[in-house]
Amino acid sequence: MGQTDTAAVPSTAQDPAATSVPAGSGPAGEPVISVHNGSVRLGGRELWHGVELTVGPGDFVAVLGPNGIGKSTLIKVILGLLPPAGGEVLVLGSRPGRRNHRIGYLPQRRSFDASLRIRGVDVVRLGLDGDRWGLPLPVPTRFSPRKAAATARIAEVVELVGASAYAHRPIGELSGGEQQRLLIAQALVRRPAVLLLDEPLDSLDLPNQAAVAALISRISRQEQVSVLMVAHDVNPILPYLDQVLYLARGGAACGTPAAVITTETLSGLYDTPVEVVRTSDGRLVVVGQPEAPALHVDRHRPAVGGDNHDLG
Amino acid sequence: MILADAVVGPSWNLLADIQELWSFPFMVNAFRAGAIVAVAAATMGWFMVLRRQSFAGHTLATVGFPGASGATLLGLSTTAGYFGFCVAAAIVIAAIPRAGRASGAHESAATGIVQAFALGLGFLFVALYKGFLSGIDALLFGTFLGVTSTQVVVLFGVTIAVLVVLAVIGRPLLFASVDPVVAAARGVPVRVLSVVFLVLLGVAVAEASQITGSLLVFALLVMPAATAQALTARPVLGLVLSVLIGVAVTWLGLGVAYYSIYPIGFYVTTFAFAAFAASRLVRLGGRNRQSRRRDAATAVPA
Repeated sequence: MGQTDTAAVPSTAQDPAATSVPAGSGPAGEPVISVHNGSVRLGGRELWHGVELTVGPGDFVAVLGPNGIGKSTLIKVILGLLPPAGGEVLVLGSRPGRRNHRIGYLPQRRSFDASLRIRGVDVVRLGLDGDRWGLPLPVPTRFSPRKAAATARIAEVVELVGASAYAHRPIGELSGGEQQRLLIAQALVRRPAVLLLDEPLDSLDLPNQAAVAALISRISRQEQVSVLMVAHDVNPILPYLDQVLYLARGGAACGTPAAVITTETLSGLYDTPVEVVRTSDGRLVVVGQPEAPALHVDRHRPAVGGDNHDLG
Repeated sequence: MILADAVVGPSWNLLADIQELWSFPFMVNAFRAGAIVAVAAATMGWFMVLRRQSFAGHTLATVGFPGASGATLLGLSTTAGYFGFCVAAAIVIAAIPRAGRASGAHESAATGIVQAFALGLGFLFVALYKGFLSGIDALLFGTFLGVTSTQVVVLFGVTIAVLVVLAVIGRPLLFASVDPVVAAARGVPVRVLSVVFLVLLGVAVAEASQITGSLLVFALLVMPAATAQALTARPVLGLVLSVLIGVAVTWLGLGVAYYSIYPIGFYVTTFAFAAFAASRLVRLGGRNRQSRRRDAATAVPA
């Protein structure tokens, strides 16, 4: 394992474990995502290793860590877009990539182009049937139960994220927070078992960060959706989190926020003294975290050019 | 205009004029070919504008020029030249790797290089074919004379083929155009779709070139689509509007060009531009109304 050319093909060594699990979601309480001793390589370099993660139904889990450590890469591994270099990854009881129709995915992005002339509801609808080939028969909605169900579901998720007031406007004209709510609706429209969110609070202002964080937590409880969310700042989501996965160069730690985001655990992970400070308003601040630009650049030098921005 | 009136003046009786236009087989063929071409160009153009691949479209159009002049040089039909070169160029552009992204939204300088080389090649072919120089205007700026019935049948078949393929890939193509990363995660073959799209675009451009010429293809490819997108953000309605506008400006251009000494390319472009300008005005008006409504709404305490 670990050679870049063999890593391009998903390892078949995991097949027995994958096929021994019956198809379907399995009984309640069975982990939705489980990673055992996971590691990943990109451009011949190990990004992280020793990841142990178990996400149960309805759990809200944050993935934290310094820039470039491979938080987004973890999401790509779970989606089956990138094979793990080692360890075992099971998603909804199968190998990654097999159950993607039950995963709602929100990639990291800036926003839609201001001149994009597509309505918010159209973007949400693409999440429902955008991958279907051919055109639906031009039957009026009231004669087609399937169409009516689709329209009702779209209205339901748009209402759920509180976007009804602006969902019919072109998405390019909406604010970042409004776009993010519609994209969450798009990810939710097929009733997924898991939501994979890559920095959904990035590029939002503070009130919107708090509002969207509360919305994601509410959805996770109401719809019994497990949420795995890559975050740059843990504070907006801290009150809602069940677990935290902290990735660092020295390894990874997983557990409740109170257990992981501590001076002892993070100093151990970074292999250098860092301090976790709790401010008077309850915010957590990590002091001395080795995230200096020089180190960042150094870490990426061996990677193939053009891949760097994918690491985040 | 005085000169034009002296040649054949319109009677200004709309019905009689239309009857006169339809009494000439070459005009009937021109109207048929114009409508067929406008439908293909307007639908493909709608996706092209959405995907921001106008530069690729322009390059494909430019490539049609050496295609047509080369075909004339070899004694082949210009139709074959347009289709052969445009589709080949579409495959070349699709094969150019885009830095960093597979989304298809990025266009590289390599596309521009293809365009410049194509234009140079076209001039070479024209120079090699002596006495062809009077035809260069038609190749670059369009003509509606001499559309044969066979050509109409070929264009009709090609447009139907384009529409059928577009109907099959329409939704995934829209998904891949708007949201490539999520589409890829959902299993939509984003890269393959972008190649298929460019080939279809090449076909539509080759069709439109035969009426508008290589340089004025955008009159049918971009203007109706951009006008439709300015008027509505609904995908289906936008496509329908784009087609209606495309057919309308083509027929209007044909009708007026018949009575004028000036070329059809000018008229089609002018009518299409007028439609676009009008749509911007409509949208500006709509936005003012909307913001006034919103101001009124926010003035009321929640």
